[in-house]
This record gives sequence, C-alpha cells and structure tokens, in this order.
Amino acid sequence: MFAFILRRLAVAIPTLLLLIIFSFILMSVAPGGPFTGERALPPAVLANLEAQYGLNDPLWLQIWNYLVAVVVHFDFGPSFVYPDRSVNQLIANGFPVTLTYGGTSFVVAVVTGVALGVAAAIWHNTWLDYLAVGISIGAQVLPNFVMAPLLVLVFTLWYRLLPGGGWSFNDPSFWIMPVIALSTSYMASIARITRSSMLEVLGSNHIRTARAKGMPEHRVILRHALKPAMLPVISYLGPVFVSMITGSVVIDIYFSTGGIGKAFVDSALNRDYAVMMGVTILIGALTILFNLIVDVLYAWIDPKIRY
Amino acid sequence: MTKFLATTALIGALAMPAFAVEVAEGDTLAENQYFNYWLLDAIKSLDPALNTDVEGSASIRSLFEGLMNEDAQGEMVPGVAESFEVSDDGLTYTFTLREANWSNGEPVTAEDFVYGWQRVVTPETTSEYAWYMELMNVVNATQIVAGEMDPSELGVRAVDDRTFEVTLTTPTPFFINTLSHVTTFPVPRAVVEEHGNAWTQPGNIVGNGAYTLASHNLGVEIVFQKNPEYWDADNVVMETVRGITVNDSNVALTRYQAGELDRVQIPAGQYPRLAQESPDEAISVPRGCSYAYVFNLSDKGPEALKDQRVREAMALSLNREVMVDQILQGGQRPAYSWTHWAIAGFAEPSETFEDMPYEDRVARARELLEEAGYGPQNPVRLSLQYNTDESHRLLAVAAQQFWRPLGIEVTLNNVEWAVHTDRLQNQDFEIARYAWCADYNEASTFLDWFRTDGYNSGKWSNAEFDELLVEARTADDTAPLYQRAEEILAEEVPAVWVYHYSLNEMISPAIKGIPRENLLNTWYAKDLYRVEQ
Repeated sequence: MFAFILRRLAVAIPTLLLLIIFSFILMSVAPGGPFTGERALPPAVLANLEAQYGLNDPLWLQIWNYLVAVVVHFDFGPSFVYPDRSVNQLIANGFPVTLTYGGTSFVVAVVTGVALGVAAAIWHNTWLDYLAVGISIGAQVLPNFVMAPLLVLVFTLWYRLLPGGGWSFNDPSFWIMPVIALSTSYMASIARITRSSMLEVLGSNHIRTARAKGMPEHRVILRHALKPAMLPVISYLGPVFVSMITGSVVIDIYFSTGGIGKAFVDSALNRDYAVMMGVTILIGALTILFNLIVDVLYAWIDPKIRY
Repeated sequence: MTKFLATTALIGALAMPAFAVEVAEGDTLAENQYFNYWLLDAIKSLDPALNTDVEGSASIRSLFEGLMNEDAQGEMVPGVAESFEVSDDGLTYTFTLREANWSNGEPVTAEDFVYGWQRVVTPETTSEYAWYMELMNVVNATQIVAGEMDPSELGVRAVDDRTFEVTLTTPTPFFINTLSHVTTFPVPRAVVEEHGNAWTQPGNIVGNGAYTLASHNLGVEIVFQKNPEYWDADNVVMETVRGITVNDSNVALTRYQAGELDRVQIPAGQYPRLAQESPDEAISVPRGCSYAYVFNLSDKGPEALKDQRVREAMALSLNREVMVDQILQGGQRPAYSWTHWAIAGFAEPSETFEDMPYEDRVARARELLEEAGYGPQNPVRLSLQYNTDESHRLLAVAAQQFWRPLGIEVTLNNVEWAVHTDRLQNQDFEIARYAWCADYNEASTFLDWFRTDGYNSGKWSNAEFDELLVEARTADDTAPLYQRAEEILAEEVPAVWVYHYSLNEMISPAIKGIPRENLLNTWYAKDLYRVEQ
C-alpha cells in the first residue's frame, strides 16, 4: 500500500509542474493583458508595471521565477487587478468560504444521494423507487443558474426567511441557499449511480448466499451490499469533491459569497495572471490530491486494484 | 499679484459655505441612519492613486476628501480647501486649507496634498490615472510621468501647512472642476510608507473623509462608519453606509425589493415596467457617457471606410430612435453629437440630420453609397466588433438590419473586453463599438478623444479640429469652438453616434439626498439621510 501511494505521488508532482508550465504559456499567448485598458498607459508607467510584475523578462525566465517563488517561498505574488491585495490574501479570503459551502454541499449531496439511491434499490419498482428516481431526475434537469435566482425569489422576496446573498461564517442562514443550489444536481447523480450499482450488487451471488443463511436484511445491506456498491460512487466523488470545494461561479455570482469560483473566472477575463495561476495551481493540486485519495480508498475497498 | 477670481461660478464656490446635508421640511429622520447600496463587483482598490473605476471612486469619496466637492447639481463647492486665489495669468492657484484632521487625529496639511499628487505621477506608483495630472496641465506632470524628471519637480508646493499652491502650464478653464476627482485626493504619507500596498486594508487605512472603513470583505461587503474626526461631522446625518456586492443585476433588484438594498441599478429593459409599478422609486437621469460605432481610418482600416460617403451613409441610415425606444427603453437619447447633450455649456451642432425624417435619411444614404460605387448589388462588406454584453449584441444586430438593405453587409464580431480593448489600441478592427464617459463636466472631456494624439482608436485626424481644442483651453467663450468641433465631426464622420446614456435606478423612498441633476452622478454618503417611513 505504501509503495502504491509513493508511486502515485511520484507521478503527481511532475503532473503539477506541467500544469503550471502549460497554463503559464497559454496565459501569455492570450490576446490582451492585465494593463490593456481603454486608455493606453504612458510608456514609463507601463514599463514600471511590467517590471514590477516581471512581465518584461523572457517567457522561460518568467516561468522559472514564478516556479521558484511558488515552490520555495509559497508566494503567489501580488494581484494585477486588486493592487491592494496579494494573491495569497485573495485565496485566503475566498477559499475558506468556498470550502465551507462546498464541503457542506458535498456532505448533504452524499448523505441524501446515497440514502435516496439505496432506498430506491431496496424497494425497487415500488412508489418509493419512482419517487426517488423522479426527485433525482428533477434535480438534475434544474440547472443551478435557474435554481439560484428562484431560491432568492422564494426565500428572500416572498417569505423573507433568508438573506438574499452575502456571506458570514458565523451565521449559517447565509449558507442554506448556496448549499441547496450547489448540492441538488450532485445529489441526483449520486442517487442514480448508487441505485443502479446497488441493484447490481443485490442481484449477485454473495448476497443470495447471505440471505440464504438467514442473515437479517439490514446486515445484508449494510455489511455485504453497501461496500461493493459504493465503488462506482467513490470514483465519482473524488472529482466532484474537488469541483465543489473549489467553487462554483454560478453560486458565487448569484449569492455573492466572495468565493473563489468567481475570482477564478474574473481573473481569466481581467487577465489577472497572478490570481489565475494561483487558483489554477490550487485546483490542480487539489484535483491530483483527491484523485490520489480516491485511488487509495479504491485499493483499500477492492484489493484487486492494488496490482 | 493675485486676485480673487472673476467668473461667477467660482465666486459662488468661494462665497458659499460647504455643502452640507439639509433635512427637508416635513421629513422625520429615521432613528437608525443606515444606507445599503449596490455594488456590481468587488472594489478593486481603495488607493486614490490606483483606483480606476466608478464604484471605487464612490468608496474613496467616503474615506477621503479632496480640495473641492460637488454639490447636487455638480457645481464645485469647497472641500478641504476653504478658499482659493488664482493669479492674473491664470497659471497659479493658491488654496487655503481649512482645519481638518485625518481619522487618526493628525492634521491634514498642504504637504499631504503635495505627497498625494506627486505620488500619482511617479511612474513607480504605477497609477493608471497618471494622465489625469497631465490633463489638469500641472507643470511638469508629462515629463515626470514619462520618467524624464523627478516627481519633486511637479508644479505643486506647500507654502505652509495650510496653503497649497499649484502651477499650471497653461490657463485651464476646467481646472477647478478636476479637483473633485479622487486622483487628486490627499494621502497620508506615514501610513503609506508603513504598510506599502496593504495601506488601504481595514485596520491600516487612515483617511480624511466623512467616514472610516469599518470592514471590507472583498467581493461581499464594504462597511463605512461615520468619522468623528471629520471637520464637518456635526452636519453628517448618515451613520453607517454599506456597499453590498451582488454580481447579478436581476438578483440585486430582487434584493432591493426584499428591502436588503436601498439603491440598485435597473437591469436593461426593465425600466418601463418598474417606472409604471413604482413611479416613486424608479428614476432615469442623464449619465455623462456616449455610445458610438468607431470607424478604423488608419492604414490598417478597410478601404471602403476611407470614403467619407460610405461613412456618412452609415451614420444616416442607423435608426437610433428605434435602438433607443425599442431596445434600450430606459430614457437614453438618440445621439447626434459625440458630446453628451447634458454637458454644461454645450450647444449641440446646428447642422445635423436630426430633424430629417428617417425615409429621407435612407434615401440620402442610398444616393451617397451609389456615388461611392456601392449598392445592394455591390455591397460593402465590413465587420463590427463589440465586447460581450447583451445590449451591445442587440444594438449590433439592429445596426446590421438597418444597413443591410442599403448594401452594407456587416458581420458581427463578439470578443471579450480584454481582446476588444487590445484590438482597439492596435487598430485591429473595422468598426468597433465604443463608449466614453465624462471625467469632468465640460465638452473637452469628450472632444479630446478625437484629437490627433488623443485616444482616438480609429486614427481620424483633422488639423482644424485639433486647433479648435487648443484654442478652447484659453478662450473666454468655449461654446462656439466646441460647436464647430462637433460640426467637423458631423461632416467627416469618424464614427457613428448612437446614443447618450441615462442612469436608471431604483432608490428607496426612505433615502434622501441622492443627487439627480449631476451629470457625472457623483454622490457623497455624507449628503444622505434616512427618513422614517
């Protein structure tokens, strides 16, 4: 197991390096720059800006300097568009927000999705199954950019129950709508995957054996069916977790959470190179990390994978 | 050899007490004085030298105060400057500062202005608004911005703690009007030097405005609290001001209706409905911006556009009335001049086709095109570039439809903002959507754009036009000069004017004091108050 993890880590680091280098190159060939505004800047001001951000160096040197700053000093540099803040500060501001509503959404989506899927499989072809399938299809076809303004309309304008947006770590009433909007479609997918995988496992030989020897049904489900049925769900959850905790542009825009998802998109539109690279690295590293965790979990659940 | 100024507007500024909030008769003040206003996006910078946008400016006007402020009509009223004198040659302005304090209790001195102004032009500060000091014609600004001279050579001087002196390269009739712009605000040197770029963050920032920064959660909320150190604090009624970011204008409107916001901009196309439903709350006032389709007349531009008849035909056949009345629907006005119609002292050019019926315009356009050798059988093919925005797209589609029957086939080219501006600056376009907003309330803020060495993305050039603008800098009566300049633009058609902006907002009836007659829509939180509903 340890060797397996080491092997995967050995691949992860060059992957991340390649990601940084390619993103940097792609970014520098995109037309326009962080300082192309409506007015052309005076040459001396532009020269100073470029010197301050190292943009007048050759590309390879820029990449090298950037790698050194990030790897050695863990410094993502100053933001181009928010001159009062550094990228580290911007990430430190936005990421906890996203992590909070994204993590909560993940838990909500997994718990409700798995419960719904398992229930549908156990009571296969009953009204409960139809209801669960109906809910999950409904939730999947309702995109979050429709759901978000709808939630604000209902809970903020009509019932005046929840704040229409903004963020507070201390007041969970700010979290409720973002969590509902973000988790529903994932919940639906998880429910559908769980249901079909559970149905398959419930039809297999070892379950029939367990039932034949008189094992109580709840033990059959919890001990013998759920674990193997979770394999496809877990492989789905790795990337989902990353995309949830690294933020959703839609959630950030409609609920003005100040999360990192919108910051990422804005940085690309504004050509805020530093923020764009910082968030790319964050998302890239998390993706690699959680894929690794999923692989380890996989290997732990199913020894066949450990090759 | 100095004297008090002779023009009436400026005497007014001197004689009048500073503009303070006046609670109207019959209004009962609400117990809780707070104001929540909408921000579309995160505030990029609270540094007066680094700020580049309107929302940032409004915040900075709460936290800092410059020499002059604007009143509800946009007239200049004293800020930190109690009075000023101007020399006979119109080149030296001497400001007497009032007794005012920074929020940390230190006095505001002339030295703070000297430092603030020098800081803007220092290339190392990397101020994107360094050009503003050039526009103001401050001595040596251009050379310092170009890196050819030391910032200490800037034409500003602290005569003593309460006397600030500015020297200009040329008499500048609008100089006083430039002083309410945040770029000219004083900056506390000690704080900037202690914290560097982080000096504007909560806990660090020290200002001389009517408010202090209570908190700033970037992209979520910025909160201002009344500053007890402000010199006119006794006359400030509003206690707490919150700028709340909502990135979607429709959600912002919903939150306004839920009472979470007191002021929002109305999303495109919704003004007529809201004006009918809530006539007390929906307002439409002129906003000092003009929208145009700019032609690329540089060497890189298309051959067809070099023919003035083609350009004129395009200007004639664009049905602005339909664009404004059917698409925008928010009190905008069809444009027949580059300068916004509501700019102070601006006389619209006499010879426009504004009064010509649309059918006649189209007929005339056909003739012109035919003379130029084009028509439906032999169409002109051009591309129209615009940046991503729903209303830009709708207007471009409409323009395409107006031009097509005449034999002007326009393909639409949508690009994101960064690409759009990049191409504009490199003359890498054929026709481009463009808009300009006034920096100060005087026609030159628009006309300067088309000077040969102005921003002028299409590279149109006309010697007489350039001369008129130079002449206007020292003229007693600028109106005929600007009018003639607009006539030249109308004759040569370097761009098609489309419409003049309006500002459409929902404002809570509980909030009083938001100016509606100031073309630049400059507002000060200190002038607002909340009434009992």
